Amino acid sequence: MTGSNDRIGSSTVGVSTPAVELSGITKAFPGVIANDRISLRALRGEVLCLLGENGAGKSTLMSILSGLYQPDAGSIRIDGREVRIGSPRDGRELGIGMVYQHLSLIPTLTVLENLMLGSNPGIVLDEVRARARLGDLAARLGVHVDADVRVGALSLGQQQHVEIIKALWKDSTVLILDEPTSMLTPQGIEELQKVLLGLKASGLAIIFITHKLHEAIAIGDRVVALRQGRVVGELGPEVLRTGTPHEIQGRIVEVMFGEDPTRGPQIAELREDLAAERSDARTRLEGSPEILRLDGVSAPGARGQHGIEGATFVVREGEVLGVAGVDGNGQRALAEAIAGQRRSSVGTIHLGGEEVTNLSVGARQRLGLRYVTDDRLHEGVVGRYAVGLNFVLKRIGDEPFWRKGTIDRKAIETTARSLITEFDVRTPSPATPIGKLSGGNIQKALLARELSFDPRVVVFHKPTHGLDVKTIAAVRDRIRALAARGVGVIVISTDLDELIDLSDRVAVLFAGRIVGVVENGPQAATRIGELLVGGEAAA
Amino acid sequence: MSEAAGRTAVNPRRADGLIGRIGLALGPILLAFLTTAVLLAILGRDPVAFYRDILLAGVLRPSGLQDSITRMAPVLLVGAGLIVSFRASLWNLGADGQYLLAVAFVAGVGSRVIGDLPPVLGWVVLAVAAMLIAGAWTFVPALLKARYGLNEIVTTLMMSFIGIAIANVLIKGPLKGDEMVPQTFVYPEGTMLWDLPGTTIHVGVVAALVVVVLVHLVLTRTSLGTRLDVLGANPRAAVHMGIDVPRLIVVAFFLSGALIGLAAASDIMGIFGYVRADWDPGYGLKVVPLVFLAGLNVIAFIPIAAFFGVLSIGGDYATRKADLPSDFILVFIGLLFLFMIVTQYVSARRARGEPVLPAWFRRTLPARDATEGDGG
Amino acid sequence: MVDLLSPTFLTAVLAAGIVAGIPLLFASLGETLAEQAGVLNVGLEGMMISGAFVAFVTALAVGDYWIGLLAGGIAGAVVSLVMVVFCIRLGLDQIVVGIALVLTAEGATSVLHDIWYSRSYPRLPNVEPFRIPLLSEIPVLGGSLFSQPLVVYVALAGVAFAAWAIRRTRWGLELRAAGERPDSLDAAGVSVVRTRTVAELMCGFLAGVGGGYLALVGAGTFVPFVTHGAGFIAIVIAMLARGRPWWCVLGGLLFGISLSITTALQVAGIAIPVDFVEMLPFISVLVVLVLFVRESRLPSALGLPYLRGSR
Repeated sequence: MTGSNDRIGSSTVGVSTPAVELSGITKAFPGVIANDRISLRALRGEVLCLLGENGAGKSTLMSILSGLYQPDAGSIRIDGREVRIGSPRDGRELGIGMVYQHLSLIPTLTVLENLMLGSNPGIVLDEVRARARLGDLAARLGVHVDADVRVGALSLGQQQHVEIIKALWKDSTVLILDEPTSMLTPQGIEELQKVLLGLKASGLAIIFITHKLHEAIAIGDRVVALRQGRVVGELGPEVLRTGTPHEIQGRIVEVMFGEDPTRGPQIAELREDLAAERSDARTRLEGSPEILRLDGVSAPGARGQHGIEGATFVVREGEVLGVAGVDGNGQRALAEAIAGQRRSSVGTIHLGGEEVTNLSVGARQRLGLRYVTDDRLHEGVVGRYAVGLNFVLKRIGDEPFWRKGTIDRKAIETTARSLITEFDVRTPSPATPIGKLSGGNIQKALLARELSFDPRVVVFHKPTHGLDVKTIAAVRDRIRALAARGVGVIVISTDLDELIDLSDRVAVLFAGRIVGVVENGPQAATRIGELLVGGEAAA
Repeated sequence: MSEAAGRTAVNPRRADGLIGRIGLALGPILLAFLTTAVLLAILGRDPVAFYRDILLAGVLRPSGLQDSITRMAPVLLVGAGLIVSFRASLWNLGADGQYLLAVAFVAGVGSRVIGDLPPVLGWVVLAVAAMLIAGAWTFVPALLKARYGLNEIVTTLMMSFIGIAIANVLIKGPLKGDEMVPQTFVYPEGTMLWDLPGTTIHVGVVAALVVVVLVHLVLTRTSLGTRLDVLGANPRAAVHMGIDVPRLIVVAFFLSGALIGLAAASDIMGIFGYVRADWDPGYGLKVVPLVFLAGLNVIAFIPIAAFFGVLSIGGDYATRKADLPSDFILVFIGLLFLFMIVTQYVSARRARGEPVLPAWFRRTLPARDATEGDGG
Repeated sequence: MVDLLSPTFLTAVLAAGIVAGIPLLFASLGETLAEQAGVLNVGLEGMMISGAFVAFVTALAVGDYWIGLLAGGIAGAVVSLVMVVFCIRLGLDQIVVGIALVLTAEGATSVLHDIWYSRSYPRLPNVEPFRIPLLSEIPVLGGSLFSQPLVVYVALAGVAFAAWAIRRTRWGLELRAAGERPDSLDAAGVSVVRTRTVAELMCGFLAGVGGGYLALVGAGTFVPFVTHGAGFIAIVIAMLARGRPWWCVLGGLLFGISLSITTALQVAGIAIPVDFVEMLPFISVLVVLVLFVRESRLPSALGLPYLRGSR
């Protein structure tokens, strides 16, 4: 199955010339080969899905195609002509439009300013022309966009429309979408599909990057699977249009993990046993005492993000409360208000019946309130410090790691060794600077720190963001085990699948308010999507 | 082995091995000497004679050597003060104002009261007062930083200029002595710090050495040191770890100012005995490059402070002899600073296994991949 | 005792305030451009003093203060090249390089001044004010606002142009993007390094002109350390201006008048220690900073180097 480059080259994909043809693209970064002789082609009027886990090399490949990186080897043909894409500008001149994974719009600028950035021909900004072009493209997408609003004030779906308009600005022939759905609701994905359908009909070649099987199946006309920087398989329309979604999923997994059958089943989407586990948990929760209670908690936002207003909810012992919402709707404020990192202006927080509203971060930690931050590298750890020292950074000055205020390195190392074993942190030694570990191992180290020493409530903020499939499974197992031990758990995530996978109940956060709480079960995703879309009406 | 490695992680600025560290410090010094020699030649001075004079006046003459060692005291203390704040990534650039306010007090008030106090106790009282005054002068920038996150670079500099002006107003006014010239009273005979037997080196130098060793232990061994390092690594991480960041900012600034105030006390009670208006040795910015040269490590800073002592005492003589202003030393230190930045950049790139020169620079050279786009 | 509210007195205060404020206006305008592009110039003081020295030397040699100012601007730009190479291109710490620049520039100008002028202390002739017809006849304002050296009006025109350019030109848009989200600018196909380089060189030029004005028009001569912290005050003004050039005018004026009032009071026979005069601008800037502390929002990427692919 691997080494299937020949098959791609010889397959009959129609007489028309591919809009994009990559052959033998190789790109290495220090210590890792991100792309290893990748060949693929995208046709006009077709959506090509690039499927692979994080780190499979999808984004690197597309950065090469858009001109951000230069390949070490290989060639690129656009409409049959070999080209060199030296910069993003070159890429755009060649008709390659890119919608990035992390939105590339500048929130402090208006929609029009964002669109004119890099595309205004003269010295003086030509607003009249830009406005007209915006009107044209918005009509082509079938959406409405206000030109003079600051992008930061738009909803995520609207921002994505602006992104697509920006990508199409120079009459693109190829549109690349890099994981555009990771933050969208089912309804948002549906709308995106509609937009893509229209664009496809107008003759664009679309490359859609994702790590989710069901999206690849729903959106792609063809699916190319990447793994560890190589193409491991390709499924054409003839395969994608036959059989039930579940059968197709099975086939893709076979393509992706053919050599390593143990890995496929770790993909949460394919695990049928989870639903059963969940219903067990619900019976267990009946009558369980409450461990965390928020009453009307408000906290300010920072850096243009929403704060939270009047957050009120209860978490029971052994319960997993999911918090859904589009990024920037108050997730950080909520997590930090609970952890004590952000002072709430009104409202009260109780931990196991004891009021903690005015307690410091450290005092709350000592009472068993833990927070696993989403910003692992800059907030969660000090990268240049040893793994061992990072384990005790929340206990600076405490016995036994500090004795009479003086550090005891032996005690830290002993504890570190046992935590490294228990949480399966892959590190050369406890003395290795933690910043040198992979994202997955840093996350495991964070779990080791937060889940040891008797936690009572743990807040997880995007616990699996950016991790590989295997670590995602390990982290989710930890979270389930934690709840099974009777700890109250809050999982804040922008990944709906993850919330459905883990939660007993899901609270929906919109513009800083909790607009509803949904019991997990069939139709929960749709219900959450409705709350997110109609957030204000429901509030 | 792992013990040593663990400490490396605690103090990551440490380069690999002692040789590497010394190289990192000596390289820029040599480069600065070379460039300064070229400048001297351009100005029509004899570089060899200039450096010989520095060595002669700063080391070879017994009196010069003693002066150089004496000059270490304020440099060590100011440097330790800067290291305390810099390790927490707090830019206390207001050392001059903090130093001069303490100087005005120790010279102006000290000279009047020292005669009425028992010898050793008097010095201690005045030194503590100097520390409190200089430390207190950091409160405004510290509180603005702690409360509002206001950039401390500009606020410490503003407060420094204000502090210098106030010190001058005091010396010309309330603290003025009997003389016509605007200066304070002079310490009475026998009230200055004792000299070490047989030398002109006062005991303040010994005290300064003891204090900086203590500072080093606090920074590397105690929970306060770890907290300062975490804050320095990332303020958000510090909040996340449960550190009371606003309080720590105020404490770090106060300690920084207090050590700088102690430098003032040592200078006045050990060397000068009085102060004249508009006198300003300008330690603040001059010591900044030196503490970076030491990698913000207090012990590594001791030899560098000695080097500065020689440079400063010998430089006074050499510049006078070469008919140059004493500010010439600023040029040397500025160059030293720039070369240090470059040296560290190059060694960091080599440590990461990257080409020493950045891509855009290599491309400007005639090379085989010269066709690559300019990317910049 | 002079009547403190007399037109003559007020005219003198305002006129002197403008003279003292113009260097700040130039420097803070430059710093505004650099900060908008994401570069924090702690070395602004070094650029100013280099500009002051070179402008003085040139004006003395050529006898024309326009050429002197131009030379000062070029000197400032040359000093800012160090920032360009070290910070923008190599991505080194902007604060550390800035401090190094201040030290070197202060030391070098002081040394050169000592070698060339410490025996003669030459002075330049006073610069003739340019009286705007009719307007200069208005009481108080006429003798101050409208009777200034021509370069003052040039500066104000420059502010108006910068205010327009930041909002309405491609260059201004790219500038703001470079300071806010450099990765987005890069993705849009515009070079972050080039955008920041241009902004930094303009900043150096303007700071140099400001320093030149300080020496040529303000003092009429060069003395070591003549800028006396003006560069740092200009940084504060730029922080408060938040990309709005007209606020630099306001900041410069505030600084200038706080200086000229004390000087004028001294002239009026009220004894104020000279040290107090020197301290007042710093106090007023600090007070304003404290009052508007909540307002001072800086570009998100300020002070951060941009290196593509450092993921």
